[in-house]
Amino acid sequence: MTAPVRSALRRSTLTRHAACAALALAALYALTTAAAPYRDLQIAQAAYLTCAVAGLTVLTGLGGQISLGHGAFMAVGAYTAALVIGHWGWPLAAVLPAAAGATAAAGAVVGAVAARLHGPYLAGATLAFAVGLPGLANYEPLTGVLGGQNGLTIVPPVPPAALGEAFPLERWQAWICCLGAVVTLFLLANLTRGRFGRTLRASRDDEIAAALSGVRVARLRIAATVVSAACAGLAGGLLAVVATLAAPGAFPLTLSLQLIAAIVIGGLGSLPGAVWGALILVYVPTWAADLSSSSGLSHDIASNLPLAIYGLVLIVVTLAFPRGVQGGLRDLGGAVRRRARGRRDRAPGPRAPAPSDTSGPTTTHPGGADEATPDEAGARPDDRGDAGGRGERLRR
Amino acid sequence: MVRFLNLTLAGITSGAVFAAVALALVLIWRSTRVVNFAQGGMLMFTTFLAWSVIDAGGSYWLALGAALASGLVLGAVVERVVVRPVEDKPPLNAVIVTLGLLVLLQAAAGMIWGDTPHSYPPAFTIRGLSAGGTRLLLSPFDLFVIGAVAAVMVLLTLLFVRTDLGLRLRASAFAPEIARLQGVRVGRMLTLGWALAALVGSLAGVLIAPSVFVGPAQFDAMLVFGFTAAVIGGLDSPAGAVTGGLLLGCALSYVSGYLGSELVALGALAALITVLMIRPNGLFAASTGRRV
Repeated sequence: MTAPVRSALRRSTLTRHAACAALALAALYALTTAAAPYRDLQIAQAAYLTCAVAGLTVLTGLGGQISLGHGAFMAVGAYTAALVIGHWGWPLAAVLPAAAGATAAAGAVVGAVAARLHGPYLAGATLAFAVGLPGLANYEPLTGVLGGQNGLTIVPPVPPAALGEAFPLERWQAWICCLGAVVTLFLLANLTRGRFGRTLRASRDDEIAAALSGVRVARLRIAATVVSAACAGLAGGLLAVVATLAAPGAFPLTLSLQLIAAIVIGGLGSLPGAVWGALILVYVPTWAADLSSSSGLSHDIASNLPLAIYGLVLIVVTLAFPRGVQGGLRDLGGAVRRRARGRRDRAPGPRAPAPSDTSGPTTTHPGGADEATPDEAGARPDDRGDAGGRGERLRR
Repeated sequence: MVRFLNLTLAGITSGAVFAAVALALVLIWRSTRVVNFAQGGMLMFTTFLAWSVIDAGGSYWLALGAALASGLVLGAVVERVVVRPVEDKPPLNAVIVTLGLLVLLQAAAGMIWGDTPHSYPPAFTIRGLSAGGTRLLLSPFDLFVIGAVAAVMVLLTLLFVRTDLGLRLRASAFAPEIARLQGVRVGRMLTLGWALAALVGSLAGVLIAPSVFVGPAQFDAMLVFGFTAAVIGGLDSPAGAVTGGLLLGCALSYVSGYLGSELVALGALAALITVLMIRPNGLFAASTGRRV
């Protein structure tokens, strides 16, 4: 890399993020074209989940507001996409923003209600939201519009003719989803690096201090919910396009719970962590399913083994890496770097390892984009979530 | 009018079970500041154990005893093994650990007992009693449900208020540092608190089992409604849990009876929002001054 390019990247966050996005798109293009259709579908799933998880990262990781209802936001996005395609036949480039927009409106309503709530009270309200909303599809007066239990089917998107006759639909769907994920991450990265992210973190760390310094906390929280809901809505729209279906069964409570698990496993408050979380959501169950189907177990055991492994991974990762995969990687990178430095100091002879080798993990892993989030702050998002008062937190 | 009365009776019965689940959540929240999302999974597992006892030819009461005893053990083990390491970590980590436990318990139940739900016999007949020529939506079994939950509430209150052990439990929950200075073994008390909560939860599981059947995912709604009831009451208050449970039971019964059963979960949301709009920390929350 030449010096002027490097200095430009260092000076402008926007340029740096744009370069990261371009690199990611190129990598994803190479990945999707090399993969089989089945793998493309998994990439698409990971991509739309990344949108939702990244949105939740902003609300919960940076804003300290726990939401267990993001599955319901995804449902809003999916149904919006299905209705728009079904009734008006809009092109995808308009359908997906419409899904995000409608969900953002829903997020404004939920945010206005939830702005006063904290911790478990907010968790309870959003939990009821996640369980209650998909039930609307089965409500008698609405079954005609929303298709009841069977949901609404969507005409799958047709790959452009320019790509050739044999171009697989799955790869086209993966491209759409990856583009959505990269755009979402790019926008969120810029948003959280700026004033919005700063005030959001401030209000998470000390609400009263933030309010005293002129941050309008309630309004900020509503804005965070709207942003977060828009991402979930986009994810829902993409899900509907990939599954070619919007049905209540696609948005069970477990989806909402998986999203919140993904942000914690990935690393709270870090956008690269959101990517890790989404990847784990998609690949751990698949890997476990492959494992159980290849080992010739009885049906009951084989069908439940993926779930069991998933539960175990949740527990073990949370206990072993309390700051998530991203935090763990950062620790690992830091340790490797310190080690290298120590060794260099001790023996500056030929035994010293090349510094470029050992510092690799920390400079190239995607954490670079989000260093504004100090890990210590990210690790304790909402200490005043418990209503009883802070004094009670001292225990044992 | 009869319909309203019947819906109210049905609401009180289901509300009693919600109250028991809510009480389990409140006991755990008060002592460890953890919302136990695995509660539904834990009571599912103990109910399955009870079902196994009945399936093997045991009586209803033996099965009930097995459920309560296994609940006690399960609660203690869960606190010691998975919850203790995250108790001083950010609250979200506790949320994730309990969610992971929920998934793990559901998978384990599916592996052991299969995914198809099994029927569970009630202790008494579920044919409604009649009064003045009209049949009521209240059966001897419903009376047993209400009575059992009420008895557990009374016993717990006596334990917490009247006994030395109860005093130590309360001290560990409210002022652990001071309690430790006074010689209370706080860690042990917290384990006992979890065990007691899991016992109450396992009672709720056995009581609701005849109407929802027993399967790995059959008790998910119990967690949601129990949590909603606990939040309505104010998470810190056992009395609030009971009140919240009964209020929620009746509200859901009216929604289901007059509007449609698909809207029950939305009805819970509406009830929750209504209460939280008026009192953001629940009905029975102690009002605390804002500290700056």
